[in-house]
Amino acid sequence: MDIENANATAVSRMMEARPILTGVAAARDVIPGMRPNLLLHAGPPIEWARMSGPLRGAVIGALLFEGLAKTDTEAVALVERGAIQFEPCHEHNAVGPMAGVTSASMQVYVVENATHGNRAFSNLNEGYGKVLRYGAYSDDVLKKLRWMNDVLGPAIGAALAGTPGLDLRALIAEALHMADEGHNRNKATTLLFLKQLAPGLARVVKDAAALTEILQFLGDNAIGALNPVMAACKAMTDAGYGIEGSTIVSTMARNGTDFGIRVSGLPGQWFTAPAEVPVGLFFSGFSQADANPDIGDSAITETAGIGGFAMAGAPAIVTFVGGTPKDALNATLEMYEITAAEHKHFTLPVLDFRGTPTGIDIRKVVELGIAPRINTGIAHKNAGVGQVGAGLVRPPLAIFEQAVLAYAEKYEL
Amino acid sequence: MTHIHSEIRRGAYYDSVVLMQLQRGLLGLPGVVDAGVVMATQANRDLLAQSGLLTADAQAAGADDLLLVVKADDEAAARAALGQVDALLARKRASGETEFRPRSLEAAVKQLPEAGWVLVSVPGRFAAGVARDALGLGRHVFLYSDNVALEDEVALKQTARAKGLLVMGPDCGTAIVNGVGLGFANRVRRGPVGLVAASGTGLQTVASRLHALGSGVSHALGTGGRDLKAEVGAISALQALDLLARDPETRVIVLISKPPAPEVATRLLAAARACGKPVVVDFIGYPPPARQLGNLRFAASLSEAAEIAVGLSGEKRLETGDLTSQSPISTRYLRGLFSGGTLAYEAMLTLQSVLYPLYSNAPISKAQALPDPVHSQAHTLLDLGGDEFTVGRLHPMMDNDLRLRRLRQEAADPQVGLILLDIVLGEGAHADPASELAPAIEQVLREAGRRLEIVVMVVGTDEDPQDMAAQMARCRAAGAVVFDNPAQALAYVAGRFAAAAETSAPAVEVTGLAQAPLAAINVGVESFHTSLVGQGAQSVQVDWRPPAAGNEKLAAILAKMKKK
Repeated sequence: MDIENANATAVSRMMEARPILTGVAAARDVIPGMRPNLLLHAGPPIEWARMSGPLRGAVIGALLFEGLAKTDTEAVALVERGAIQFEPCHEHNAVGPMAGVTSASMQVYVVENATHGNRAFSNLNEGYGKVLRYGAYSDDVLKKLRWMNDVLGPAIGAALAGTPGLDLRALIAEALHMADEGHNRNKATTLLFLKQLAPGLARVVKDAAALTEILQFLGDNAIGALNPVMAACKAMTDAGYGIEGSTIVSTMARNGTDFGIRVSGLPGQWFTAPAEVPVGLFFSGFSQADANPDIGDSAITETAGIGGFAMAGAPAIVTFVGGTPKDALNATLEMYEITAAEHKHFTLPVLDFRGTPTGIDIRKVVELGIAPRINTGIAHKNAGVGQVGAGLVRPPLAIFEQAVLAYAEKYEL
Repeated sequence: MTHIHSEIRRGAYYDSVVLMQLQRGLLGLPGVVDAGVVMATQANRDLLAQSGLLTADAQAAGADDLLLVVKADDEAAARAALGQVDALLARKRASGETEFRPRSLEAAVKQLPEAGWVLVSVPGRFAAGVARDALGLGRHVFLYSDNVALEDEVALKQTARAKGLLVMGPDCGTAIVNGVGLGFANRVRRGPVGLVAASGTGLQTVASRLHALGSGVSHALGTGGRDLKAEVGAISALQALDLLARDPETRVIVLISKPPAPEVATRLLAAARACGKPVVVDFIGYPPPARQLGNLRFAASLSEAAEIAVGLSGEKRLETGDLTSQSPISTRYLRGLFSGGTLAYEAMLTLQSVLYPLYSNAPISKAQALPDPVHSQAHTLLDLGGDEFTVGRLHPMMDNDLRLRRLRQEAADPQVGLILLDIVLGEGAHADPASELAPAIEQVLREAGRRLEIVVMVVGTDEDPQDMAAQMARCRAAGAVVFDNPAQALAYVAGRFAAAAETSAPAVEVTGLAQAPLAAINVGVESFHTSLVGQGAQSVQVDWRPPAAGNEKLAAILAKMKKK
């Protein structure tokens, strides 16, 4: 077995994967293994007792949304009775930002990898403010979710139906040339996404007021395309998962309590350690003391070679990484140190169109002591408060060390 | 009583990150209790309201407006703070802009792809790993680190040789490549003399002396002090020699080492003889076989080596080696059949530097003792005047019988390529040795059935009774190559044995030496990087750390994962 060859295969599959947004459907109809009493969540597996505030809030909200509970007290009781099962989105070909809680009747984006045939899913983005993914579950949160489920999702689904779908890899590649990095900045991505969907929406939504509301919602939400981008990244990284002998990271995800990774050549295993608290800039009235430990599946973007790894191309948000464009450049250069390849399709004009650093190699992370950089939103530690800032976080090095040891054991080194 | 003051800037768009930065700046101003800087969307205005920062004025702001709110101890402080907004927005961060320093060699190579050299000066136990990586990336290595295991050195140099790369070191303190000093190096003028040195201070001494004499150095390549040990076999020195031989800037080569292993010295000197340029040799503490052996000059000191080199480099026609029209003897053996003991000893001393081991019944070192004087083996040179041969018979200067029989015996050995004889004339010696030796020479040459050479050195004067000229003519007529000067005879014999064919490893590219400006990657002692840059070379400093932060178990696993 040759590690370099295995890694080349894994990374090449990641890059050759062509994620196409083909539709929107109810989770129960498309996500493998989805069932009424199952809630998917971000990050590695976790039980209720260890869940952080935002994740607990999102669980309660999802149970209210599904009608499985009438009140938050009832929802908690239901969970404590053991009536609800929790599994990572990642184990169901899905991803979700922040809490990432996805329930059976929620509408999800369906992304198909045209090259290898695998599918990936992600819930719809709710926008800013009080939202389920930060653990809010008040009536207006649930009301918005219902509108998204009843109006927005089906409209996008209908707009896509009968079309070849929306090529997300091309969309990301274009947005990277418009100063997005695909994780903390999705302004360009979202506008491109809206531009592509708008004619279809206009075709299928006959009511002008409804159409206006939909277009307004999509246009106002500068991170609206994060979810389909994440699903695209999931489709790409899943294509490189399970390659015998490979040391490439296929998953990085956080549940607000633990940070977990999965490695291509070690399928079925999570390596976890307590998640760090992101360091960053905070909205008015909030400070570092309000921050929840790192949460969300959105680190799938970095896993696929964008997000923090493409920081050099996102000068507008350099303050997260030190404040100058040079710091942003250095952030990307640092990530080349721990990756196996430069992306074929995602390029950075500022680096003379060099491909983004792609395919985190656990060997390099451990040898050099450089953990991946992840750009991230910061959740309030209490359920329902919402996003309080944005910044930078790195996974604990210990999980990469665990993975190296597990690799040595499995492959008898 | 605190005071809240706000300002609306219509249509002024800023990225939220810039605004958060601005807000942090405002919070740092005197008297400021809280601040909010946002694009005045409904959501943001709600957030400000929650924090108690939303004034009645601010309610009028819309989504495209920049809303600035400061809560301060008093109105003056609030106004002063808002007055700072433009300064804060304009503030350039003069500090904190740092060039990226790669942590890995791989990244450094991407940053400076033209780098031909990697300088390694990390602690010894990590040095071999870094050097291995450098070779893996196709770069020459200057290995300053010491405490590198001998087996690692051997492995590194074998790997390098197979790739056409050079490893200078370990424990190589100094080198000069294309005018740029690596590690510790004196400022030496460029010039026609190339150095190969298994000794750092030896290299510095010769280079400095060359400079003092008005000459200079083309390149000075270090090999590390152990390169000429038997285990390493002078891999680097042989490569460096070959490199300088092909380098158009180098006219004369100086070869410096502490005493080498004899068999290694033999291989190196053989290569030096074949290199096509004058080579000045100073193997400190190693008996020089002669003052000159073809293109080789042997110096008695470092200073003398420099002086000889300067002298040679000034000559119009350079001694380029043993030029004979015949093809050299490469795989077969020398047999020497001597009547004179001291002549035999001098011949051995000279020839062992190119033919090692050289066995004898009267050997220079015990390792070269011939187990059975009756049977020669490999290269053998016999003193037939020795006691074991003269019991019950006359000395071979008077009686040729033993030599004639031994001549036939050696000639019959198909492995023998050259037989060397001495003929000592004078009073008391055999009256006409050629009358017996010449027919025998003629006969064995005729019957050999292969390429066989016989070399005769004659010692005597034109007044000796045997008629020296006639003796020489007779032997020559029989087919022998005849000399009346032992030193010339020995130089000829040495020249007939070509350098043993070295491995067919790819040669080190000369272009690597000629690169200008020199480009290198420095891993370790930062002053080497500073020094390179100061000399006009390109250099990238690697921000090196021990692998896996010094966790030996993980580092060992990672090393295995690299090999796989």
